[in-house]
This record gives sequence, structure tokens and C-alpha cells, in this order.
Amino acid sequence: MPGFLKAIGCLLRRDLTVALRRSTDVLTPLVFFIIVVSLFPLGLGPEPAILRTIAPGVIWVAALLATMLSLNRLFADDHADGTLEQMALSPHPLTVLVLTKVAAHWMLTGLPLVLISPLLAVQMNLPESAMGTLILSLLLGTPVLSLLGAVGAALTLGLRGGGVLVSLLVLPLYTPVLIFGAGAVAGVIAGIDIEAHFSLLAAFLALALTLAPWAAAAALRVSLE
Amino acid sequence: MNWSEFVHMGGYGFYVWSSYGLALLVLLLNLYLPLRRRKTVRRLLHEFLRLKEQTR
Amino acid sequence: MRERGKTPSPLALSREGELVKIYILIDMHKYASPKFFYTLAGQLTPWMAALTALLLVAGLYFGLFIAPADYQQGESYRIIFIHVPAAWMSMFIYVCMAGAGAIALVWNVKLFEMFAGNCAPVGASFTFLALVTGSLWGKPMWGAWWAWDARLTSELILFFLYMGYMALEASIDDPRRAARASAILALVGVVNIPVIHFSVEWWNTLHQPASVSKIGTPSIHPSMLAPLLLMSLGFTFYFFTVALMRMRNEILERERHTTWVAQLLESRS
Repeated sequence: MPGFLKAIGCLLRRDLTVALRRSTDVLTPLVFFIIVVSLFPLGLGPEPAILRTIAPGVIWVAALLATMLSLNRLFADDHADGTLEQMALSPHPLTVLVLTKVAAHWMLTGLPLVLISPLLAVQMNLPESAMGTLILSLLLGTPVLSLLGAVGAALTLGLRGGGVLVSLLVLPLYTPVLIFGAGAVAGVIAGIDIEAHFSLLAAFLALALTLAPWAAAAALRVSLE
Repeated sequence: MNWSEFVHMGGYGFYVWSSYGLALLVLLLNLYLPLRRRKTVRRLLHEFLRLKEQTR
Repeated sequence: MRERGKTPSPLALSREGELVKIYILIDMHKYASPKFFYTLAGQLTPWMAALTALLLVAGLYFGLFIAPADYQQGESYRIIFIHVPAAWMSMFIYVCMAGAGAIALVWNVKLFEMFAGNCAPVGASFTFLALVTGSLWGKPMWGAWWAWDARLTSELILFFLYMGYMALEASIDDPRRAARASAILALVGVVNIPVIHFSVEWWNTLHQPASVSKIGTPSIHPSMLAPLLLMSLGFTFYFFTVALMRMRNEILERERHTTWVAQLLESRS
């Protein structure tokens, strides 16, 4: 189907363009990420040793929360102006369209988080040896967050309760990614072998890539009835 | 084991009996809720049917 | 899905076969009909309740009187007869919920929709019970009301999953959409539960000091096994009893437009 790849390219470009026009939507989660991480030293005291210990967990949890905040722009706007229905009715499989939308979403939410994480790592006194691990773990983990988040966003489409409800649904599902992502960074600081962590993160990503778009598409159909 | 020993549970009486007590509470509550709901549903349905008859 | 041209499938049945297929479908629809289930559930409930009571009493007797005190933990281990069955139920009910939801999604059977929705409160209750009894068991052993032990942490996350399910169902007004959305959520959850459990186990072995073992499961003596199984079975039949009761209520409410419900209420009033 020659139109298929074109459609994906088109959707990707469209989503990115629309999102960049509303740059506040894109920047807000990023700023939130920075603020949340900065709150911890304010709450716990600036003692470097303490900050170093909690840094992996804090950065990862902040990434989780920032992703949660950004989920509403995944489907809500398209739903409001009817584009989503058109996508559901189109001859192209909804699963792939959802995957494309999630990819666009990640490029503007997850990827910035990954890129700005070294700055926050410095703030939290994370040793430089762990920097690479932090970036890589977030690189593997944030797509999973976007993918699982898409399922949550699709289920709660148009519901009052909105953002908090999505958080309640999706945060428990995030725990394995959190455990192994933050665990990898903490592990590299402690000097233990973290190959298993990354294998698992990669496995989560593979699993999420195959199953989440399908579940999200099913959820969208349910929500659009 | 005599009665006072049984209640005392080797010093752990509070923990053991709180657990069993909570279990009993949970079981009773989950039984009570459908029973109460049944009464409510019957009442609502009687109302509904009465109105349906009236507006026939 | 594009319609292919009608070519006869190699599995096409003979005329007799087609008739048999139709009869089976009619039969299935009869069994899945709310009216039939309502009467069936009404007949089953007292038996289930009696069985529940019997099993629980037997379990309590064996657990509190027959089983001997544990060598290390003394009498406090008896909490296991509540905590472990409750934990098993919390898992079992979630799986039932997901399974029923799947059947409801695929085959569109209202009855399974109702069953799935009614599982959640009971399941959440058992999860809550498992958490609190886990705390009560842990306090005399570790001196702290909460310890991030692997099983308790998994139970906590399972509790959150139940809460999420119930919150989603409650916030959708249309019952059909609510049932189908919750079914999808339950399926996503059920796939995630082994992953979560595994992750938490791993996380726990890394962070827990060697001295504190997994909520100190005493080595299972046969005299301890009997009450565990009896309580578990008792809880299971309890769950079925409550589920049947709840479903009967929901059937009455949902089928209020039908004549059989009207007749039923008239005859009872």
C-alpha cells in the first residue's frame, strides 16, 4: 500500500507541527520535570551524599510524573475537533496510527527529558560515571512510559476526572520500568553489573511497542463509540 | 490450651485477633452491601413499574 | 476488514451440521440469558453460602486449635491463615476479572460484563485485608508496621490496580463503555502483574538486608497446610456467593424493562 507509509509520514509531520505551534504544551512538562527535581534538595537539605543516593530515584520519578502530565495532549485535542474519529475510520490500521502519534509525542516529551537529564544529574550530585547510564536508561524507558500512557489516555478520553484518573491507572504499570531504570543508575554507582537491567528495559520496550498500540487502539474504539 | 492462653496467643493476641477480626469485618461488609443494595433495587423498581403503569 | 468474495470454506458443514450449530447457539444464548442466570444464581447462592460457612469454620478450627505453634514465631504465625488466602484471592479475583472482561469484549456477552465489574470490590477488599494482615504479621517480627517486603509491595501495587479499575468504571456513565474500557484495563493489568511481581522481587532482594527474609514464611508443616487450603477454598466460595448476589441485583436493575422482571416483582410484593 503506497499510501500507507505516506500516511504515517504525514501524521508524524502533522503531530509534530501542531505540537510545536503550541509550544507551551511541550515545554510545560519539561519545566515541571526541572522543578520537581529541584524540590528535593529544598525538602531534604543540600547534603551532597544524600542527594547522590536519591538522585537516580528522584530523576526517574520526576520523569514519570512529567510524562503523566503530558499525556492529555496525546488524544484529547484530536478528539475535540473530530480528527480522531477520522483516523479511526481511515483504511489504515489504527494500531499503526496510534504508534505514530505516540512516536511524535515521545519526540517532544520523552526525548527532551532525556536530553536535559544530565543538567539535573549535576544538580543532584550524580557522579559523572553514571551519566551515560542515566541517559541510556531514560532513552529506553521514556518510550515505554509514552506507550503505556497512550493506553491510559485512550481509556480516559473525554472523561471528567481527566489527568488524575490517568495517573491512577498508569502509574502502577510504570513501576517495573522505574525499578529497573533507576536501579540501573544506582547499580552503576554501586559498581554492580547492570547488564540485566538494560536487557529488561529493552525487553519492556519491545513488549510495549508490540502490545501497547494495539491495546490503545482498542481503547480508542471503545471510547469513540 | 486453656481459654486465657488462647486469647493471649503467646503475647501476640492483639495482632492475631486484629487480623481475624478485620477478616470477619471484611466478610460481613461484603455480604451486607449486596443485601442492602437488593432492598434499594427492589424499591426503585417498584417505583419505576408503578410510574410505567401510570403513564401507560 | 475487507469483505472477501464468498468462497466455500473447507470447513463448511453439511446441512445437518448447520442445524446442530444453530441449536447449540440457541442453547448458549439461553444459558447466557439474564433471566436464566438470575434463577440459577438464586438457587445456587444458599448452597454456596453454606459451603463457605462450612469451609471457613473448618479452616478456623484447624488453624486456631489443631495446628501447633511455630518454633520461631510462636502464635503470631496464625495470621498466615488469613493473610495468605487473602493474598491468593486478591490475585485469583483479578485474573477472573480480566478473563471475564476478555470474554465480554470478544463475544459481547452482557453477563460476563456484569461479572467482571462485580469482582472488583471483593477483590480490592481481599487485597486490603492481605495488606493489613501483612502489616500485623510484620510488626511483631520486624518491629515496624510496614516493611517493603516483596509480597507486601506487590500487593500494594495490586491494590492500586484495583483502585484504578474501580475509578475508571465509576467515571464512565455509559455502562457498556465502562465495562469495555475496564475490561481493556484489566487485561493490560493482568499482563503486567507477572512483570510487576518479578520486578518487585528482584528489587527486594537487592535492597533487603540478608537477615530479614521474605515475611518469614514458616516451613509448611502438613498441619498448617490443611487450614490454609480450607480457608482459601472458603474464601473462594465466599467470593462466588457474593458475586452471585451482586449479579442478581445488577440483572434486576438492567432488565427492568422486561416483562419477566415486572412479573417477578409483582409476585413478590
